[in-house]
Amino acid sequence: MGHKKNGHRRQIKERENQNKFERSTYTNNAKNNHTQTKDKKLRAGLKKIDEQYKKAVSSAAATDYLLPESNGYLEPENELEKTFKVQQSEIKSSVDVSTANKALDLSLKEFGPYHIKYAKNGTHLLITGRKGHVASMDWRKGQLRAELFLNETCHSATYLQNEQYFAVAQKKYTFIYDHEGTELHRLKQHIEARHLDFLPYHYLLVTAGETGWLKYHDVSTGQLVSELRTKAGPTMAMAQNPWNAVMHLGHSNGTVSLWSPSMPEPLVKLLSARGPVNSIAIDRSGYYMATTGADRSMKIWDIRNFKQLHSVESLPTPGTNVSISDTGLLALSRGPHVTLWKDALKLSGDSKPCFGSMGGNPHRNTPYMSHLFAGNKVENLGFVPFEDLLGVGHQTGITNLIVPGAGEANYDALELNPFETKKQRQEQEVRTLLNKLPADTITLDPNSIGSVDKRSSTIRLNAKDLAQTTMDANNKAKTNSDIPDVKPDVKGKNSGLRSFLRKKTQNVIDERKLRVQKQLDKEKNIRKRNHQIKQGLISEDHKDVIEEALSRFG
Amino acid sequence: MKIKTIKRSADDYVPVKSTQESQMPRNLNPELHPFERAREYTKALNATKLERMFAKPFVGQLGYGHRDGVYAIAKNYGSLNKLATGSADGVIKYWNMSTREEFVSFKAHYGLVTGLCVTQPRFHDKKPDLKSQNFMLSCSDDKTVKLWSINVDDYSNKNSSDNDSVTNEEGLIRTFDGESAFQGIDSHRENSTFATGGAKIHLWDVNRLKPVSDLSWGADNITSLKFNQNETDILASTGSDNSIVLYDLRTNSPTQKIVQTMRTNAICWNPMEAFNFVTANEDHNAYYYDMRNLSRSLNVFKDHVSAVMDVDFSPTGDEIVTGSYDKSIRIYKTNHGHSREIYHTKRMQHVFQVKYSMDSKYIISGSDDGNVRLWRSKAWERSNVKTTREKNKLEYDEKLKERFRHMPEIKRISRHRHVPQVIKKAQEIKNIELSSIKRREANERRTRKDMPYISERKKQIVGTVHKYEDSGRDRKRRKEDDKRDTQEK
Repeated sequence: MGHKKNGHRRQIKERENQNKFERSTYTNNAKNNHTQTKDKKLRAGLKKIDEQYKKAVSSAAATDYLLPESNGYLEPENELEKTFKVQQSEIKSSVDVSTANKALDLSLKEFGPYHIKYAKNGTHLLITGRKGHVASMDWRKGQLRAELFLNETCHSATYLQNEQYFAVAQKKYTFIYDHEGTELHRLKQHIEARHLDFLPYHYLLVTAGETGWLKYHDVSTGQLVSELRTKAGPTMAMAQNPWNAVMHLGHSNGTVSLWSPSMPEPLVKLLSARGPVNSIAIDRSGYYMATTGADRSMKIWDIRNFKQLHSVESLPTPGTNVSISDTGLLALSRGPHVTLWKDALKLSGDSKPCFGSMGGNPHRNTPYMSHLFAGNKVENLGFVPFEDLLGVGHQTGITNLIVPGAGEANYDALELNPFETKKQRQEQEVRTLLNKLPADTITLDPNSIGSVDKRSSTIRLNAKDLAQTTMDANNKAKTNSDIPDVKPDVKGKNSGLRSFLRKKTQNVIDERKLRVQKQLDKEKNIRKRNHQIKQGLISEDHKDVIEEALSRFG
Repeated sequence: MKIKTIKRSADDYVPVKSTQESQMPRNLNPELHPFERAREYTKALNATKLERMFAKPFVGQLGYGHRDGVYAIAKNYGSLNKLATGSADGVIKYWNMSTREEFVSFKAHYGLVTGLCVTQPRFHDKKPDLKSQNFMLSCSDDKTVKLWSINVDDYSNKNSSDNDSVTNEEGLIRTFDGESAFQGIDSHRENSTFATGGAKIHLWDVNRLKPVSDLSWGADNITSLKFNQNETDILASTGSDNSIVLYDLRTNSPTQKIVQTMRTNAICWNPMEAFNFVTANEDHNAYYYDMRNLSRSLNVFKDHVSAVMDVDFSPTGDEIVTGSYDKSIRIYKTNHGHSREIYHTKRMQHVFQVKYSMDSKYIISGSDDGNVRLWRSKAWERSNVKTTREKNKLEYDEKLKERFRHMPEIKRISRHRHVPQVIKKAQEIKNIELSSIKRREANERRTRKDMPYISERKKQIVGTVHKYEDSGRDRKRRKEDDKRDTQEK
């Protein structure tokens, strides 16, 4: 018995890399939970859970030593060497052939500039030429999957749950195509979208663009989940926070707003530039955000507490794109230049991104790498998942730059697998569909689910009130109280009845719809009569006798 | 300049041959696993829904059952798939649970079979030739106890499915005659003793035709009795004077007794914690007692809406099953006061007997309608052979369900049961009654400030013979009283 007890009480080993595996919210709240509670049984249970958790963290941290691959690097051998002076050609000559082969350079001069997007597991590449050239390819094998010439302006494209489907934001509507390029859907609700993104765990296609509306579309059910009016004019930039699926939108007034589909108002608004926001990037842990604006500034934010870490003012020219790699490299493009910094996402002043070597000052964060597309202009940037590559779409095609140390070396095959077989892809699709998260669970803290809401129960709606509100909402349709009133004073275009009718399904004609149509006709007639009275064509007490006589048959 | 990039050779990760498994490298870095908790919650919710979808508790009935109500069931402690049942028309059947057919049936008695037990292997220790044989003891209203041989090989060549060929001659070994009707029988685990209830407790030796000794304490009728399987000389009995009496056969005397407000119908000892036992009471509850301190029950199992007729422990010792006069079977966890499961069918009448199978996976019930039913103890579990992946998935799901069991949606789904209208109505009426009693008590307490609070676990106890050492507050209070007394002196 004593021996067994000793076995249970064995000290759990603390490991140095342990904090990487710890749950951020856990350490703060639950530290002394089991010592505070009075309930003996509960206390014992909590203590047990606490020990299990510590053991799990420790053993997870121990697996770090077993990872098969290691990250890339680019290191100077002496003080005279500067990493940012290394040319792509030099890198290509000194890396192995397979990596050099991945430094793809497609020259596509006709339909540019090109927007690029890599699939989540990095196997496929989707390119969108502004003049209507869309192509999906397995870029490592050099196989073209789909190629479309759409003959209209295309702004952006994104893969959906896997490389079998992709959505393209075209001149007016957004379309969904399959892997062969067959048009599957025209999303008529997504008008003039300029930015597309996909939330893989929620199966939501997110669009924003000229209209200033942010729309979430569930691609597994085909339902438009929510439409949010940003009230800030055309959306300039959009990025998703991969950690909590909150969308970050950049507006022309310099604000960045954070959105969740269940909230009609932004969760947070940040003033990040004094001109339009050009681009937003968020790192995969969801801790940091980088923005660049037309006011020639680049800013790095800590979005856990919404504090600005670094602000780089007066860039030589305004930055057009920012991107953050899995390992935390920051890439900025402005005109033909692409510049990368390492360690830019740290609080210390030394890590503020700078240009040039600054006279060899060791306390300056000089660029890690840089590249110039001479006589060209960069359209957008994207790090290739699980590779040391930075994909760049520009006016005359696309280029992959080799950036040693940019990619996550060790992937998790149960999450995202770059060497996925067809069978695995199919199984993964089913699995993710089964575990689809509801759209309304998107919040700033993704771990809030399953934790105790400590607010007093009085603040929350009690069951009775909740039942009342839902019943009211349900009864609204029954009593037809949701049908707008007849208002002949407003313009025909702004009529409430008209917009109500528009929202109804086109091909279903039911009793309610007929009622609304009748109301609308009535409204039109009154409006017409009022107009005629105004014009002096008829007098105010005019009665159309024939009309009245016939109306009994209507 | 030192340059290194990620070199992932496809040869290491992609299977070369079709028979090869593809590499599945893992990286436990939380940053690669966003929404970990939300996804696990979704999985838990799906698992809970699947659990309810797969919940098919009823396996089937044994053979064609009996022609009259089943009022006695005896487990064979040494075998997973054998079982004896006795019915009101005096017929005893011995069943093979795996084929759900009977080995043999005896027209044993002229009256109701009131008690049945399958003896343990040591029962015939003294006769080496009988050592490996199985015996069954039955007792009845007709003032006889009969000893039967139930060696399966003897009957295996008989056409057992033919219900009319009730054998008698080969099986019966011995008949013990008593002076009055017997009620309840149980055999000692270690030796050839067995005990019968009735007007008083008789202790018998299988080799003698007359009882060896008698035991009684107050009650004019002993309704059931049960030997402890671990501390084998301890015997518990229930009497018609609402009492539970514990006896020690080593001193041949009763040791403890409590009287409750209503009659106890059955007793079962915890197979893992030998000092604990559970009783099925007429007042709709089952009570869990510690024999070392009978002044309070350890737990009260509520939920039935009629008398609890029988109770049995799972061999794991952490769950009990109860059968009730309200025509339902409920399963409880011993540390929880409400049932985790209710089983019922349209045709099942008042349940008089429930037993766990020896592997804790199945439950056998005998009811008034004469059928012997076989149920799963976990309604969603299947006992087929599973692949490792299946097993892992089920284990993972089990853990997830446990982790998120307090989430409202999951709680609602996992607790939802269809309950017959009659039981539902009875529950409502019972709740009204209980709440009005409570209200009345609260009203009374308003005027009588000194009215003591009685814990729910003590309410049913009318009296105990011994003064038990109280714990906690009572002890403190008594100490203070003692102090006061000494000061006064």
